[in-house]
Amino acid sequence: MSAETVEKTIEKKPAEAFLSKRRKKLVSDPLVDENPITIQVLGICSALAVTTQMKPTLVMAISVIFVVVMSNLVISLMRNTIPSRVRIIVQLAVVATLVTLVSEVLKAFAYDMYKELSVFVGLIITNCIVMGRLEAFALGNKPYDSVLDGFGSALGYSWIILTVAFFRELLGSGAVFGLPIYESISSIFGPDFNLATNGLMVSPVGAFIILGLIIWVQRTKTGYVEH
Amino acid sequence: MQQSNTYIITFSVILTVVLGLLLSGTSQLLGPRQKEAIALDNKKQILGAVISGEEIAAMTPQEVNEYYNNRIASVVVDINGKEVTEQDGVAVTAETVDIAKNYKKSAEDRLYPVYIFHGEGNPDEVANYVLPLYGAGLWDAIWGYIALDTDMNTVGGITLAHAGETPGLGARITEPGVQARYEGKTIFNESGELVAVEMQKGEGKDYSDDPHQVDGMSGATITAKGVNNMLKNYLGYYKAYIENKKSSTAVAVL
Repeated sequence: MSAETVEKTIEKKPAEAFLSKRRKKLVSDPLVDENPITIQVLGICSALAVTTQMKPTLVMAISVIFVVVMSNLVISLMRNTIPSRVRIIVQLAVVATLVTLVSEVLKAFAYDMYKELSVFVGLIITNCIVMGRLEAFALGNKPYDSVLDGFGSALGYSWIILTVAFFRELLGSGAVFGLPIYESISSIFGPDFNLATNGLMVSPVGAFIILGLIIWVQRTKTGYVEH
Repeated sequence: MQQSNTYIITFSVILTVVLGLLLSGTSQLLGPRQKEAIALDNKKQILGAVISGEEIAAMTPQEVNEYYNNRIASVVVDINGKEVTEQDGVAVTAETVDIAKNYKKSAEDRLYPVYIFHGEGNPDEVANYVLPLYGAGLWDAIWGYIALDTDMNTVGGITLAHAGETPGLGARITEPGVQARYEGKTIFNESGELVAVEMQKGEGKDYSDDPHQVDGMSGATITAKGVNNMLKNYLGYYKAYIENKKSSTAVAVL
C-alpha cells in the first residue's frame, strides 16, 4: 500500500526521476513482452534480409536505433504543432530525412557496408516499427519518454536480429563477426575433424527457421498466446 | 484539433524547406568523402579482377591506392581500338571515364578505358589487361571487370557487381566462388571467332572441359543471361583493341 502511494506522488511531481520505474518499463517492455519482431511480428523483411552476417546486422541495428530514437524525439517535440490532417506525411518526411542521413553517412564513411546493406537502409522508412512508435507513442507523449520508448523498441528489434544473425553466421558460414570459429575448432581437433557449414542458413529460409525457434522459445517461457 | 488550411500549408512549406536544407547540406558536406569512397571502391573492383579478394580486404585504403598506382596503368580507346587522349578539348583518363554514363551513348561514341596490370613500377612488363563491363541484370544494372592474360584470350579473373539483383539468387554474381568459375576460360574459339564465356542454365554440372562455358546459378537464369550479354557485348566493343594487342604479341613471339 504505502509503496504504491509513494510511487504515485513521485509521478505527480513535475520532476520525475531520470529513470523511474515507469520509464524503465518503456525501455524494457519492448525487449521481451512487447517485442516488435517476436510478438508484434513487425519489421520481418529486413530481419530476414540483412542477418546473414553479424557485422552488417550490427550496422543495421545501430541505424534503426538512431532513426527510431531521433524520429520519436523530433515528432514528440513537434507534436503540438503538427496539423493532424497531414500528420502521416509529416512523420514520413521526418523519417525519410533521417534515413537518408544515415544512408549518406554510411556511403561516406563505410562504403562497403553501404553496398552490402544497399536497399535495406532505405527500407527502414517502411519499417513498421518506426511509424508504429510515432503514431502510437511519440504523438501523445513528452520528448524524453518518447526517446526511451523508441530506444526500447529499436533495442527489442536489434537484439532479435543480432541473435538471428549470430546463429545464421555461425551455422551458415562457421564464423562470428567474420572470425572463423569452425576453422579454429577444426584445428584443435586435428585435420580429420571437420565441421560442415549449412548452406540453408545463408538463404532467407534459414532466417525464418531461426526466427521461428526464437519465437517458440520465447512464447513457451512467457506463456504468451495470440488472441 | 482542426487547423486552417493556411496553417497546414505554412507548416508543410516550413518543414519541407528545413528538411531540404538539412539534406542538401549533408550531401554537400559528405560529397567529397563519398566520391573518394566510390573511387576507392572502383579501384578495388579493378584490382579484384587480377588479385584475390582477401588480399584486397587486408589492405588499408592508402595501401589500395598505392598498389593501384604502382601496378595499374591505363589507356582509353575508342571502338576502333585507337587511343583517345582528349575529347572536346578535355583530357581523358581512364579513371575519369564513367562507364555507366557512356553506356547511354551509342557503342560507336563511347569511350573504352583499359586498365593494364603490370609488374611493380614497370609498365612494360604487362601481366593482364583489365576491361570494364556494363549491362542489365534482372532488376537493375550489373557491371564488372574482366582480366585477360597477355594472349588476349584466356580469362585471368573477373569481378562482377550489381545494383539490385535478388539477394541469394542473382546477387550471387558477387561471390568469389561464382567469379572463380571464369578463370582459365577462353573467349575466342578455335577458328578465331569471339564467343566470350557463357554461363549456363542450372547449377552443379561440371564444365571444366568446355573453355567457353561456366556453371550457372540456380534460380538466377535471367541475371546469368545479363552477365552473358554483358560479356559478349563488351568484349565485342573491345574487339579491335584485343585483336590489335593479339597481333602485336604474336609478332613479338615470332
